[in-house]
Amino acid sequence: MNFDYSDDQNYLKEEVRRFLSARCPIAVTRRVLDDTDLAYDEALWKSVAEMGWTGVAIPEKWGGAGMGHIELCAIAEELGRVIAPIPFASTVYIFAEAVLAFGSDAQREALLPAIARGEIIGCLADSEGPGARAAQRIEARVAGGKLSGIKIPVTDGDIATHAIVTALEDGQPGLFIVDMSDASISRQVVPTLDPTRSAARLTFVDAPCERLGQIGEGERLISTILDRAAILFAFEQVGGADRCLETAKSYALERHAFGRVIGGYQAIKHKLADMFVKNELARSSAYYGAWALNSGAQELPAAAAAARIAGTQAYDFAAKESLQTHGGIGFTWEMDCHLHLRRARQLALALGGLPFWRERLISTLECRNTN
Amino acid sequence: MDFNDSPEEAAFRAQVRVWLTENAPSTRAAIAHGRESEESIAADKEWQARKADAGYACITWPTEWGGVGGTPTQDIIFREEEEKLGLGSSIFGLGLGMCIPTIMTVGSDADKQRFVRPALRGEEIWCQLFSEPSAGSDVAASRTRAVRADDGSGDWIVDGQKVWTSGAHFSDFGLLLVRTDPDVPKHKGLTMFWIDMKTPGIDIRPIHQADGGSGFNEVYFEGVRLKDSQRVGDVGRGWNVALVTLMNERLSVGAVRGAAWRTLMDLAADVPGVEGRGSALQDGGFRQQLADYYVAAEGLKLTRLRSLTALSRGATPGPEAAIGKLVAARQMQDLAYEAFDRLDSYGIIVDEDSASAISGFQRNFFWGAAMRIAGGTDEILKNIIAERVLEMPLDIRVDRDIPFKDLPKGV
Repeated sequence: MNFDYSDDQNYLKEEVRRFLSARCPIAVTRRVLDDTDLAYDEALWKSVAEMGWTGVAIPEKWGGAGMGHIELCAIAEELGRVIAPIPFASTVYIFAEAVLAFGSDAQREALLPAIARGEIIGCLADSEGPGARAAQRIEARVAGGKLSGIKIPVTDGDIATHAIVTALEDGQPGLFIVDMSDASISRQVVPTLDPTRSAARLTFVDAPCERLGQIGEGERLISTILDRAAILFAFEQVGGADRCLETAKSYALERHAFGRVIGGYQAIKHKLADMFVKNELARSSAYYGAWALNSGAQELPAAAAAARIAGTQAYDFAAKESLQTHGGIGFTWEMDCHLHLRRARQLALALGGLPFWRERLISTLECRNTN
Repeated sequence: MDFNDSPEEAAFRAQVRVWLTENAPSTRAAIAHGRESEESIAADKEWQARKADAGYACITWPTEWGGVGGTPTQDIIFREEEEKLGLGSSIFGLGLGMCIPTIMTVGSDADKQRFVRPALRGEEIWCQLFSEPSAGSDVAASRTRAVRADDGSGDWIVDGQKVWTSGAHFSDFGLLLVRTDPDVPKHKGLTMFWIDMKTPGIDIRPIHQADGGSGFNEVYFEGVRLKDSQRVGDVGRGWNVALVTLMNERLSVGAVRGAAWRTLMDLAADVPGVEGRGSALQDGGFRQQLADYYVAAEGLKLTRLRSLTALSRGATPGPEAAIGKLVAARQMQDLAYEAFDRLDSYGIIVDEDSASAISGFQRNFFWGAAMRIAGGTDEILKNIIAERVLEMPLDIRVDRDIPFKDLPKGV
């Protein structure tokens, strides 16, 4: 048993943090926030790919670093800390992972090396309207290798080069890879709570597509794809939540009220302690998820749901209470509190919200019970 | 990160299982706090001695004190396996988890030689005499006095009262925090002693608890004479000694037991849902709640295992161990309320079958309330996390520089 990063992984994590503090200071995230025409920071995206992070968990034979998923988790945590304004989650946690796990050899050869080189921006086009996802709600259709339907919102759908789209084929849910350069696809940017991450409404009209996996396997595949991504999302959430606690802490040590620093009052101390407890529990669940992800353990579904739920709860709480600790100044555009408030919700919703994951968790526990 | 046993750990687990199969007494229901009998204590002692002889009683202790110098992970593995047989016992917990580690850290060589092994073998049971009616969260405000006898013997005479002492009535020895100098500020006037619980002048009275039980005691001292050699640490250094004990307390009290999410899930499957729609387990609102209980329980278990990794890498147990009790005690309470709510009006009926799920939640109902106070209240633990982990400023301490005798005293 070993419940922590190894020395090598810690070393990598420190390298990643050093790199990001140089290349992704908060000004980089703010540029994307302030400029409504900017969907992401291209220079950061490029340098992240040059560092090999987009291919860190991709085997060497497909152009990756062939390291492993714990290393990817370490990177995710650091990206979460700095609110990185790049399509890393859509591309790496979802698209690359899906191709790696379920792509044919031809699909892997065509896509994985390009992902590792940073030439592909991926996205997952699943949602078609308000409410949690469900197979029976999918209306997009595939017939004769052509996809038609509307997907909204699709995180990074406005900038993606490739998409994985859920659609029915012969009445059965399936996953389809779409080259987004096809002229039949129209994209409409939708405004989002977190403008540092963009999203779009995608309209497909007879767009060429390629099935991922076998016919009728769609729900099984998407289920695993969501589980795997949930753990990586959880690491971003843990990174963001820890950053919120640090920020709240240092503000509480600087700000004076009633003749002493506000960090000396129990109302603030206990709030920070609550944040710490939630963050630590979320970190533990994320670590367990990382192990399940990396080792292909059969505990993956329950581990993923727990990591997802704890991560969402910790980051949302930390973002809210960090802003609260700052008082009035926390509600100004100039302070970074709202960047976390926004990103916490973005991460909490983009891969399915709490009600969806809680239900998934209990269903998993029930199955485990009967088996 | 690896959540499987390593080959060495798997081998150790296998070895433990074989030993338990060959040596464990037949399984019996766990004895609740305050329900110990002469027979249950005798059985616990016999089992403790057998574990000690095989080197399993305190695995991480050095061999010279009867341990085997094992890893914290091995200790957890043994406890897990022992727990599966329902053999985890609590009557030695305070001694081996808190009092004896204090003696081993601060005590004299003679004390170590005298006390460690008998405690390890379960021959002598220890209790902790810190809390007082006017010194709960503020333990350093202890008023129980010890003054030098005026006969030149160097002995000490103790007068006062301790409270919330678990197992005082069946304990052989206790660790006693007393005030030896009221003329200096409170932290500086305390001294620690060990005491034989059979010493004349000690009167032990059970507390009638809110749950109706009596597992805790009041302990009165009237002219109780102690030898100076019973002192643990220097005169006036009692607070520092107490901190050693309290740090160990959080590690051992951290593991709160009781009916958990699994029991609630099983119970809900057998209880009808609102308006007769299926079972409570099929109710969406319940499922959302249950998910959060599961996530908190798992998070806690994994957090404990993480601190174990830190320990095995050479770190010392830190105040972050406070998380365990803080979350678990509240969870006990929440689970009980959730279970009652699902039982609806039937939830008011006391289930007298102590083995039933419902009675488990009824124990949680009271013990959740108790555990949020025992071993450091929720509020004190949050202060500890804020001050020692997050390095926030200490609370304003108006009593810090004032002689103890001049402090205002309320109830």
